[in-house]
Amino acid sequence: MATFDLDTAHMLAGGMVLVSFMLLYQDRMFSLLNVFALHAFVLSLSVAWQAYIQNAPHLYVTAAIALVLKAIIIPVALHRVVVQLGIHRTIETVGGIGTTMLLGIGLVALSMVVMLRAAAQADPLAREDLALALSVVLLGLLMMVTRRNAVSQIVGFMSLENGLILAAAGAKGMPLVVEISVAFSVLVAFIVIGVFLFRIRERFDSVDVQALDEYRGERR
Amino acid sequence: MNLLVAQLPFEPVTAILVIPGVAALLLALLPGYKLTARLNVFATFLTFLAALSLLVVRPANGTYLFVDDLNVVFVVLGTFVGFTTSAFSASYIEHEIEIGRLTPAHLRFYHAMYQALMFAMNLGLLANNIGLMWVAIELATLTTVLMVGIYRTPEALEAAWKYFILGSVGIALALFGTILVYMAARPVVGEGHDAMVWTTLIERAKDFSPELLNVAFVFLMLGYGTKVGLAPLHAWLPDAHAEGPTPISAVLSGLLLNVALYAVLRFKMLLAANPAAIAPGPLMVTLGLVSLIFAGFMLYRRRDIKRLFAYSSIEHMGLITFAFGMGGPLANFAGLLHMTMHSLTKSAIFFTVGHISQVKGTQKLSEIRGLTESHPLLGWGLVLGVVAIAGLPPLGIFMSEFLIVSSTFAREPLLALPLVFGLLIALGALFLRLTDVAFGKPTGSAAPIKASRLPLIAHLSLVLAAGIYLPGPLVAWFQNVARLLG
Repeated sequence: MATFDLDTAHMLAGGMVLVSFMLLYQDRMFSLLNVFALHAFVLSLSVAWQAYIQNAPHLYVTAAIALVLKAIIIPVALHRVVVQLGIHRTIETVGGIGTTMLLGIGLVALSMVVMLRAAAQADPLAREDLALALSVVLLGLLMMVTRRNAVSQIVGFMSLENGLILAAAGAKGMPLVVEISVAFSVLVAFIVIGVFLFRIRERFDSVDVQALDEYRGERR
Repeated sequence: MNLLVAQLPFEPVTAILVIPGVAALLLALLPGYKLTARLNVFATFLTFLAALSLLVVRPANGTYLFVDDLNVVFVVLGTFVGFTTSAFSASYIEHEIEIGRLTPAHLRFYHAMYQALMFAMNLGLLANNIGLMWVAIELATLTTVLMVGIYRTPEALEAAWKYFILGSVGIALALFGTILVYMAARPVVGEGHDAMVWTTLIERAKDFSPELLNVAFVFLMLGYGTKVGLAPLHAWLPDAHAEGPTPISAVLSGLLLNVALYAVLRFKMLLAANPAAIAPGPLMVTLGLVSLIFAGFMLYRRRDIKRLFAYSSIEHMGLITFAFGMGGPLANFAGLLHMTMHSLTKSAIFFTVGHISQVKGTQKLSEIRGLTESHPLLGWGLVLGVVAIAGLPPLGIFMSEFLIVSSTFAREPLLALPLVFGLLIALGALFLRLTDVAFGKPTGSAAPIKASRLPLIAHLSLVLAAGIYLPGPLVAWFQNVARLLG
């Protein structure tokens, strides 16, 4: 039974890494949002499974929040924003998809090497969970670096946050932090959607972050 | 002492958090900027008084909040700069309202955010729980992001976006580091809340898994280091300083960078308590030196007055990180002193710069000339501030820089060479810019401005006084903290 628990936990966390890779090669805005919703869905499954095997009912709340807010409400809201701003065309990426994927593989290997060694004494559940969570975090960072569009940068950041929530859920008995991190990620999403995207669009006629670079205070 | 606690009508720690919290709510609701600006000053003053009372009474450690010799220094300094900046802010925003750059609706938001920022920073400093500390610093980041973007110009939006993205990534890395610290503590301390309580962690740190602590520190250093503004993670800092309202630049440089540095120091102490973990010093020394020298060179190419001083903040935060990375009683003492002096001086400089850019209607260095002639108080205030920040005697920063350099020469002579080199190029750049701005033929508007003199004079005279004579109790206090820092 114990190995089944472990295997399922690993499968779900590994699933998140896989979906992170899927995020890397999406070149359409809507499919990017759909894959992000899938990412959050796998996260909520993973957290729910951790709640079950750790006997930690408070994690079910986290899973529910992740499901409702990150897998449904935020993607739908972003979907609307994308429609309203009229930016549902293809996404410009920096560097080719192939290079990005290779870099991603390298990052996953790196996080495995670092975390499995560093956490050698921790129990296997936490150890591998941490390694996979770090992979998700690094892939999220990679995505933020390789995207120029404000919306896809935010999606990258939120997938990075999903990795953090995965790590926090895997740390057995870590109090409150999970809930807080979820709450913050939601707050961040509202700030982004409410404050930034519309104003950036209003001022720049674009949400391409390169347009922003033109306005570095010293260029004039 | 306990008698004193009983006599106080309030609990200082609670007051430090409740006053800004309540004030934030009030200021969000109240109309009329004259009243709210005064209320803002009043609230920060009360918070400062509550912080001062911590010098004489020491409340018992709680599970969420605690007070020790280290964080008292940060809290008192932070609330003082918060108070003087709010006084400066009152006259600054009056002008902004007159020229229509801000509307009363903006101001309500601005004041509420100012108090929320004070709340978050005090919470971060007093937190006895590494998770709570993280939450507070994230809250402080979000409030400043919103304030940096308040002018809604393309430049301000660009700055706020960059700050938001970089700050969030930094804070995310710090959370990962925090989780790793918990993982390291759990087998020793046991599951649950105890494994996140700072006072418990530091006691038991010697039994933690060193490998996990090492990896955790790298994440924490990079994460909180982003917020300290260390190169190469500094990219948000000049933009955020230049495009937001000037009181926010003063608070960013004078307070927020310190709070992030405080977090780094806490985790450095944790690593130092574990004999098998890596020494955190070399990492901090390297990042500090890189920031110092990089910022020193960047100072030469600046065309915007607020950016110039933002890069100077990177330089000084690098220097302070370097000092704490060197460690030992003398370098730690110098680091603490330098941090205090830098906060006071840099916010004083931003007070003058704020009024200067208002009266001249520009932040471009090339369009500001002959200030000492057209606006003697602002001009000479700026001269004195720059002389202080460049590290010339007899001002306070000279003393702390001298201590840092001499302790480095005594212990690692080779490291002292790049250190002195960095300080000298920064000095050269600052004077190159200063001579044009302060002297020469005045350009632009010479209209008098209703400047708030008191905050400027208070800061500069404190810096001058510290350069001439440091009172004994202060020295003893700092020496004690320097020992704590290891």
